[in-house]
Amino acid sequence: MKLLEYQAKEVLSTLGIAIPPGVVARSPDEAAAAFDRLGPIAVKAQVPVGGRGKAGGIKLARTADEARQAAQQIIGMDIKGFKVPLVYCESALEIEREIYVGFTVDRDARANILLLSAQGGMDIEQVAEESPGSLARLYPNPWRGPLDFELAQLVYDAGLGELARPLTTLIKRLYRAIPDYDALIAEINPLVVTRNGNVVAGDAKLEIDENAAWRHKDLEDRYGSVLEGDPYEREAKKRGLTYVSLDGDVGIIGNGAGLCMGTLDLVQRAGGRPANFCDIGGGAKAEVVENALAVILMNPKVRGVVINVFGGITRGDEVAKGVVTARDNLKMELPLVVRLSGTREEEGREILRQNGIEPGVSGWEAAKKIVELTSSSPLVGRSGQQGRGVAE
Amino acid sequence: MSILLDGSTRVIVQGITGREGGFHTEQMQDLGTKVVGGTSPGKGGMTHLNVPVFNTVADAVKATGATASGIFVPAPFAADAIMEAAAAGITLIVCITEGIPIQDMIRVRDFLRGYPQARLIGANCPGLITPGQAKIGIIPQRITSPGPVGLVSRSGTLTYEVASALSAAGLGQSTIVGIGGDPVLGLTFRDVVELFEKDPATTHIVLIGEIGGSDEEHAAELLARGSRLKAVAFISGRTAPEGKRMGHAGAIISGNRGTAKSKEEAFRNAGVAVAETTDEIVGLLT
Repeated sequence: MKLLEYQAKEVLSTLGIAIPPGVVARSPDEAAAAFDRLGPIAVKAQVPVGGRGKAGGIKLARTADEARQAAQQIIGMDIKGFKVPLVYCESALEIEREIYVGFTVDRDARANILLLSAQGGMDIEQVAEESPGSLARLYPNPWRGPLDFELAQLVYDAGLGELARPLTTLIKRLYRAIPDYDALIAEINPLVVTRNGNVVAGDAKLEIDENAAWRHKDLEDRYGSVLEGDPYEREAKKRGLTYVSLDGDVGIIGNGAGLCMGTLDLVQRAGGRPANFCDIGGGAKAEVVENALAVILMNPKVRGVVINVFGGITRGDEVAKGVVTARDNLKMELPLVVRLSGTREEEGREILRQNGIEPGVSGWEAAKKIVELTSSSPLVGRSGQQGRGVAE
Repeated sequence: MSILLDGSTRVIVQGITGREGGFHTEQMQDLGTKVVGGTSPGKGGMTHLNVPVFNTVADAVKATGATASGIFVPAPFAADAIMEAAAAGITLIVCITEGIPIQDMIRVRDFLRGYPQARLIGANCPGLITPGQAKIGIIPQRITSPGPVGLVSRSGTLTYEVASALSAAGLGQSTIVGIGGDPVLGLTFRDVVELFEKDPATTHIVLIGEIGGSDEEHAAELLARGSRLKAVAFISGRTAPEGKRMGHAGAIISGNRGTAKSKEEAFRNAGVAVAETTDEIVGLLT
């Protein structure tokens, strides 16, 4: 889960990190009220992606009217596919200098890495590319965290020796986001040194490991519903499916993440455009297939669905029966191609044929078939009430 | 011959009395895997599936001389189970469990540095199988057959699909290793390629990678230095968009890193044939 800036700052503040005074505003009036309370403010779009400044999602307001206008413009704006649900109005800072500090997972090293740079406020990957020498790095021990002397070395390496004391304290607090919240990214960029010498978080990025969500139910409860997100992904999550929305028109179901990704690739190779990724896991039970189909058919762009199931231990005839039941229960009439393989696969294919569903012998054949069916068929009724006889 | 596992390897199952653990232990026994015991805290002294159950891995190792373990315990307990196995002297630890928090695995990796003889496979993986001899994990033996092809993969069902195609084409496998779909895991592609390189019975290898991370690139670097193995690679996830996690926790493109294109290029530059679909693998191998 990627937290929004204000959420990340709330969490960091509980760890003892200084943040500028700020309030959330869901309307222009609330933004104006924030100005009345705080004085000059930055009005910032809250979206879980970078680059919002460039997209016009951050505006400075020196009057209540400007605050109102800024919120008017920003709320509801689309930034990289995210509709801005609210703005964060924060006291404008008197910036003396900007620093970068952040923890992230270094996959190659299988460890957390701490990066510190005197060049804050920039994209850290760009800094790493252009002046790698300016980035100081530390791999903290994951059991005890960074030690004082290690941090002192890091701070001097980054050329920030004069700030050794406040930075060491701050980094130790920021590190707590890892053991306390299962953070995969805990980043402050920029970390601002103000004209009067305070060190405060100008921005904050916090990503919590979804595998550890069960340890942090409180965060999910508090922050999980702020972003609307994709309606199909939301519905899929409710039904316990692993689902990602894409922008094409061929619905895709596979068992296993690798196989499902591979099916997306095959559909694209055959000239089609995948509408989604949907992994139904190993067993491919009838109920799960039905849930997956139901979510995919919610999307009006979908013109047909391909199911790719490789059964290791799962029986092909049971998968076939499950697919038929799911299609009938949902009154699905769009083209449906099912590739299944595994024990009793011939029996499974026969069941599909008898029920008017096209069986594919390989994933590639199934992909070609669904692309052929979806590109030739007109977009008609999605269920028994609206039309008939589209499939097969 | 094979790598890591054969019919003489003494195996225990952590979580043997659970539904998954029990089901797959039976499958492992069917193939002839030498399952010598299992663990389940509080159930020590029981017999389950004809093998003794112990409270702890240390007890099991002491009584049975086991050197390998398959872990089928739920995610909240899996990291501890891996460390318990290493501390008890197990040298091949196979963790099937999906959904282990990444920070837990980072701590596990650090812990394992104190046990250099312990090799971890997974987590979030289907395990490994040496066809006709033994398996630890969930790879169905029905689709495998003994032979000279080493297979290493980040995916489960995709591995089955490829193994099945190889077997159908008469290309048997020396050992199949599913290394798992998590971002922080045990053995890497590169580690497994090194093992196959040293196994005289393996003459060919197939690598099934996917988007995310740079483990495939590191294996390609190794192969570029020269290898006696004829290699074919396939990468899943060409169509995956940036920043979206495609099922596996590790299958995510960040910025322009971890793309299928960069992995395919790395393999091509190393002289490894790249299959565009899994259907092409058999043809490229022969």
